[in-house]
Amino acid sequence: MSTWTISYAVLLYVAFVVFVGGLIYRIALYSLTPAPLRIPTMPAPRTRSGVVLRMGREVGLFSSLFRGDKWAWIWSYLFHVSLLLVLVQHLRYVLNPIPLWVRWESPFGSYAAFVLLISLAGLLGRRLSVARVRFISAPSDYLMLILLLVIAVTGALMRFLDRANIVAFKAFLFGVMAGHWRPLPVEGLILVHVASVAFLMLIFPFSKLLHAPGVFFSPTRNQVDNSRIEGVGGDAVDGGERTP
Amino acid sequence: MSDITVPVLGDYVPTPALQPGVMADLHPFKAAPEHQAALGFPGALVDDWQKVAITRLGELVEGSRALRVYLDSCVKCGACTDKCHYFLGTADPRNMPVARQDLLRKVYRRYFTWAGRWFPWLVGACDLTPAVLDSWYAYYHQCSQCRRCSVFCPFGIDTAEVSMAAREILDSVGVGQKYCNEIIGKVHKIGNNLGLPEPALRNTLEGLEEDVKDATGVEVRFPVDVVGAEVLLITPSADFFAEPHIDGLIGYAKVFHQAGISWTVSSQASEAANFAMFIGSMAQMRKVALRIREAAIALRVKRIVIGECGHAWRVAYSFWSTLIGPLDFLDPRYPAPQHICEVTEGLIARGALKLDPSANDHRVVTFHDSCNVARATRMGDRPGGQFTVPRSVIRSVCAHFVDMDPSTIGDQTFCCGGGGGLLTDDLLDLRVKGALPRIQALNAVIQEHKVTHMAAICAICKSQFSKVLPYYGLEREMVISVHQLVGDAIVLGAKD
Repeated sequence: MSTWTISYAVLLYVAFVVFVGGLIYRIALYSLTPAPLRIPTMPAPRTRSGVVLRMGREVGLFSSLFRGDKWAWIWSYLFHVSLLLVLVQHLRYVLNPIPLWVRWESPFGSYAAFVLLISLAGLLGRRLSVARVRFISAPSDYLMLILLLVIAVTGALMRFLDRANIVAFKAFLFGVMAGHWRPLPVEGLILVHVASVAFLMLIFPFSKLLHAPGVFFSPTRNQVDNSRIEGVGGDAVDGGERTP
Repeated sequence: MSDITVPVLGDYVPTPALQPGVMADLHPFKAAPEHQAALGFPGALVDDWQKVAITRLGELVEGSRALRVYLDSCVKCGACTDKCHYFLGTADPRNMPVARQDLLRKVYRRYFTWAGRWFPWLVGACDLTPAVLDSWYAYYHQCSQCRRCSVFCPFGIDTAEVSMAAREILDSVGVGQKYCNEIIGKVHKIGNNLGLPEPALRNTLEGLEEDVKDATGVEVRFPVDVVGAEVLLITPSADFFAEPHIDGLIGYAKVFHQAGISWTVSSQASEAANFAMFIGSMAQMRKVALRIREAAIALRVKRIVIGECGHAWRVAYSFWSTLIGPLDFLDPRYPAPQHICEVTEGLIARGALKLDPSANDHRVVTFHDSCNVARATRMGDRPGGQFTVPRSVIRSVCAHFVDMDPSTIGDQTFCCGGGGGLLTDDLLDLRVKGALPRIQALNAVIQEHKVTHMAAICAICKSQFSKVLPYYGLEREMVISVHQLVGDAIVLGAKD
């Protein structure tokens, strides 16, 4: 067993444990922290199902961001959608047999890599060129985009230019999952790609990437507008007709 | 106050080029030891203030899901950066909502996150130094907690929650703001923000009865502490004597009078405002709100109606259920609490008021959505009723109504510039500049539609506009209470 294989197998175990464990811990923390005051940003839905719809618009369409900043919306929406397509495409490396719908999605997931690259460049360009955004950016804000760019570039290269030995890599991955390690194909692009993804998983629970679970726990978006006693009169509330 | 540079009104409000630090030295007066003591806060900066502040921050994060999620979740997308009226008016980048949050977030990261503990330079974390504390005092008192930024945030991050937490921490280390803390002390001691004692209150209201009788020939009552009245009116104390507020109070009285609803104010709870919200203190907020519950029980009223006050309506509508609820001793047929605009709209809808809109024919009216009403409450039965109910009331009593630019009303409304505990003359420079986006939109409808009045339903908005409109060359009398329009249009005696 080569040093590469051992270190990458261990890296993947650690990354997985930190990623899943860290997220579970954070989500538990969010759930257990009390939210005593009602602070939904109004107008807010008056029912639970209305809140599900509102949250669906936020998570599925980034509706508030759309109202707030069209350029930020375009780049980040393209980024998240293409990332999702690419992730679905990657299911073929961890599932056996490969489900039909994953096979069907595969070309979309492959070419989404270009959208991913363009949108990341857009996000980075915006962070560098808009003075207001530059003012609020820390080094980590740039480095995170660069990390994602490294992941996307190495991935796209392996898919479209310098085809990686994906069969051997899948065998390695299955070995890691089963606990019977198989050799890692030692190719530069694979090494960089996998290490970068593992690093992303490692920092996920400790960084602003927590916005992914965070949005679901945001009281301004997930609370129902039901804090006062409405009265049986409903909207036909009248000012003072009294029956003695 | 000649040192205030007033922004120039143009065709629109441009996003300004950044001028870092231009507002860094604007500190409102600090609370004196006696103001602090009255609220149970240390009188001056405590010796181990860093430790106290970090501990308090930890407690607040433990106790507020909003704060915890919001401190973690910001991705620095920048969507909020051009949404704050104080940034648009001052150009100081620390008045961009995310930059304002970051003043607290960088300390949270340093002491409460793994990344900030080990790699502070990487993630923009930093120690709580005297300079940081100073910047908190400066910039968390340049936030009116209007929540406009939260509308546009993809995660709904609410800067008001962060700014309230920061002010709570400042209070806990002994650095309170004079304006808010002195006022809360007055509420505890005397019953209202203005320190108006009961005899003066009775005197004022009797004077109003005489004024209305002189003007209309009708005896409209302004009752105090009437046990067994139908309605307890909780209204900002500015309504008792400030202009233009007082004409709104006369409007409420005329509405109750003509509808035959018995009502009363309470000398014990003669104040709707709850400035404890501004300083982020839930304990103080509960204490201030509790007076109202006690007064309602003592006076055996069946309904509680809130007058024209923005943040008071937020506290009543959204927070009472947590703080002093349930209000199950009231008449279950009515919303509890109920807004005066809901009452008036309901009465108009069933023809209980005799109105002559021509009394307002000399006015062309627009409506300023107050931030707390717009983004933190509702009126009526449907989401958005907080926009339609007051407009419906205005349209019923006034033939000429136009709205301002859609991007400045409704849930996108701009703060008057004086909310959130900033309505004090030591912050006048900020107030004038922060009013820019609203006054810009107002000026546009003045030019285009010959608007003569801007109606409002918030005591702070009314006081703020009265003060800052002249700086922009506009008449302070343009600001008017919605219920002044109603009061002027009611034909008294017609239904008596």
